[in-house]
Amino acid sequence: MDITIIYYLVPSLVMFCCGVYGFVTRKNMIAMLISLELMLNSVDINFVVFNRYLFPNQLEGMFFTLFAIAIAAAETAVAIAIIINLFRASKNIDVTDVTKMKF
Amino acid sequence: MDITLPLLILAIPLFMFLLLGLVGMKMSHKLAGTLGTLGMGTVLVLSYTTAFTYFFSGAPEFINAAGERLQYMVFNTTWLQFTDTLVIKLGFLLDPISAMMLVVIPTISFMVHLYSLGYMRDHHGVYEHGFQRFYAFLSLFSFSMLGLVVATNIFQMYIFWELVGASSYLLIGFYYKKPSAVSASKKAFIVTRFADLGFLIGILVLSYYTGTFDFAALTSVPVDGLANVSQVSLGTAESVRSIFENSAAPMFMGASVLTWALVLIFMGGMGKSAMMPLHIWLPDAMEGPTPVSALIHAATMVVAGVYLVARLFPLYIMEPSAMQIIVWVGALTALYAAMVACTQIDIKRVLAFSTISQIAFMMVSLGVTDINFHHGIGYMAGMFHLFTHAMFKALLFLCAGALIHAIGSNDYTDMHGLRKYMPVTHITFLIGCLAIAGIIPFAGFFSKDEILTACFGNSMLWYVWMSLVAGLTAFYMFRLYYLIFWWKEHKVHEGHHQPSDQPWTMTAPLVILAAISCVAGFVPFGNLVTWNGHQMFPGENSFLTNLQHLDWAVAAISLAVAIIAILVATVMYRKENDLPAKFKNALPALWDWCYHRFYWDELYQFITHKIIFGCISRPIAWFDRHIIDGAMDGLAYVTNKASVAIKDFQSGKIQMYVWFYLAGALLLGAITAFCLL
Repeated sequence: MDITIIYYLVPSLVMFCCGVYGFVTRKNMIAMLISLELMLNSVDINFVVFNRYLFPNQLEGMFFTLFAIAIAAAETAVAIAIIINLFRASKNIDVTDVTKMKF
Repeated sequence: MDITLPLLILAIPLFMFLLLGLVGMKMSHKLAGTLGTLGMGTVLVLSYTTAFTYFFSGAPEFINAAGERLQYMVFNTTWLQFTDTLVIKLGFLLDPISAMMLVVIPTISFMVHLYSLGYMRDHHGVYEHGFQRFYAFLSLFSFSMLGLVVATNIFQMYIFWELVGASSYLLIGFYYKKPSAVSASKKAFIVTRFADLGFLIGILVLSYYTGTFDFAALTSVPVDGLANVSQVSLGTAESVRSIFENSAAPMFMGASVLTWALVLIFMGGMGKSAMMPLHIWLPDAMEGPTPVSALIHAATMVVAGVYLVARLFPLYIMEPSAMQIIVWVGALTALYAAMVACTQIDIKRVLAFSTISQIAFMMVSLGVTDINFHHGIGYMAGMFHLFTHAMFKALLFLCAGALIHAIGSNDYTDMHGLRKYMPVTHITFLIGCLAIAGIIPFAGFFSKDEILTACFGNSMLWYVWMSLVAGLTAFYMFRLYYLIFWWKEHKVHEGHHQPSDQPWTMTAPLVILAAISCVAGFVPFGNLVTWNGHQMFPGENSFLTNLQHLDWAVAAISLAVAIIAILVATVMYRKENDLPAKFKNALPALWDWCYHRFYWDELYQFITHKIIFGCISRPIAWFDRHIIDGAMDGLAYVTNKASVAIKDFQSGKIQMYVWFYLAGALLLGAITAFCLL
């Protein structure tokens, strides 16, 4: 059986849709953060796959993925810090209760 | 001729202005005043040297073999070059009238500098606030006025013309804490600016049709073999001449545009020289310090209009209708101002109206000039009167300053009977009055006599008219003299000093100017200043030339008129009596009109406030406030309301944003897909 590009792209798409669904439906911020990671990872897979299939002699896609992972880690750290602070302030990490950040 | 002297004449006052204006406040009052006076003294020496060289050296660049005086450009550099033909130059022109002004301006200016050392401090020797500023402005004025008279082209003249206007504005408003002084300075500025609008349009029209700004090209127009053409590129001069002679310029409203240009240029002169109906600023300009009135509003700046007409005289004689306008304006102004001067109480106002009247004499004199009558005697007489009038009117103003300084009031009602207390002022004032009244042998007699001769050569109407005004002049001056120095005993009020003559810095200028007023009439002016440089009495340069060439018939009549007027004034005002009151009650309407200056100010007030403000400015202000501002306010209002209406989109609910974002992204994707497929 030939492993074609579609075998990678379909799981990646499923992952991305799960991420989007989780991000807009879950009320827990930690869960939202996880959904965000899911979306990022699906994009990372896409980068690697397209690099492998379209430009097999080059590594740009791989490097981009590594960067994205590093930045996602940093971003997660920041998000966790915000969430912890919110929890300290209100003993609650339900996103529907955090509506003060506006005009 | 060496370029250094003329350059220094302009550079020293400018430098003094910058020095005193920038660091004057750091200096002591005495140092600033002394510096300004010394600077002006240097200019005085330099410009006397220059004028003397021009008139008497006999160098071939100044006078040709036929004994005709030439125009000479000491230097003329290009300042701004816009195109090949539109070039603005700055230079230094020497010709009879500019050389004459080089004598007049520094003389009066130096006297005023010296005089102000005493005048601008009170009886305890405390200097006035802004003393250094005063000297800085005086220097600025002297610089501008000198630049004006030596201008080589009409544009340079216009630049300096505006500069003298600005310095006049600054000096009238010197006491800027006094509301009347502030409004007087604004009035002077606005009225003269309005006149200068005409001047500017006139300059543009004239130079558009003649293709040149240069006086040399413009004024070498009329007669064959004229001396003045020497330095001009003949091509330009010829073309200017042909434009005038062939009436090549188009017509506008029934007159040639060149006539219009000359009349508009004269309008500028009317504003500066306070001719009716633009005279209203000059009486109010008396709010400035008195030395300023003597320098600017009697001797130098106000004659700039006369100087302008004299400068463009060869053009004016080619347009008789423009000359007619000059005569009418001058004659009406002369009579009007003389009548008003007979009723004023404020001694400076009397002198101001007297100035207006005397300047009108000069204008009439220029206007009635017939170049075939005694070599154009009117032009010479006008310039002669400018010269003598500068001397005796400055003297009278400085005397008035001394009186005001001693009494602390401008009104003769506070003076009366001062002859014993202030003998020097008394004698010098009397000399000034005799000079302006035209009593032989004082300066005014000769120049006024020449003017009347010129009027006689033109028409009987102007001769009788101007003789009448001359009689009125003698009357109001002696009325003023008697009311100040005679009438009744002076009452020294409790707690006041007894009035006395002022310190030497103030009396010395009076004595010097009085001496000049005694002898200035004997200057053989006909050999020095004529419209085409031709000498009237070649070879006769003695002290008695003017006497020998006097037209004794005219002289005797004008002398008789003056003496009768003085006698009438003596009868009415020498001792306190009820004759003046009787006259006043006999002709109440006339007296009222004269006293209120024929209601010109009220007329202007009505025109500006009721008509211009009410009918034009208010609607425009309404349009600005409601339509223009309204449109801007409306824009802001709509923006504000719109943002309030849509601000709830920013709900703070993060997942809502994500929904919107998703919907938008999908919509964009759908549109893109739709378009591509």
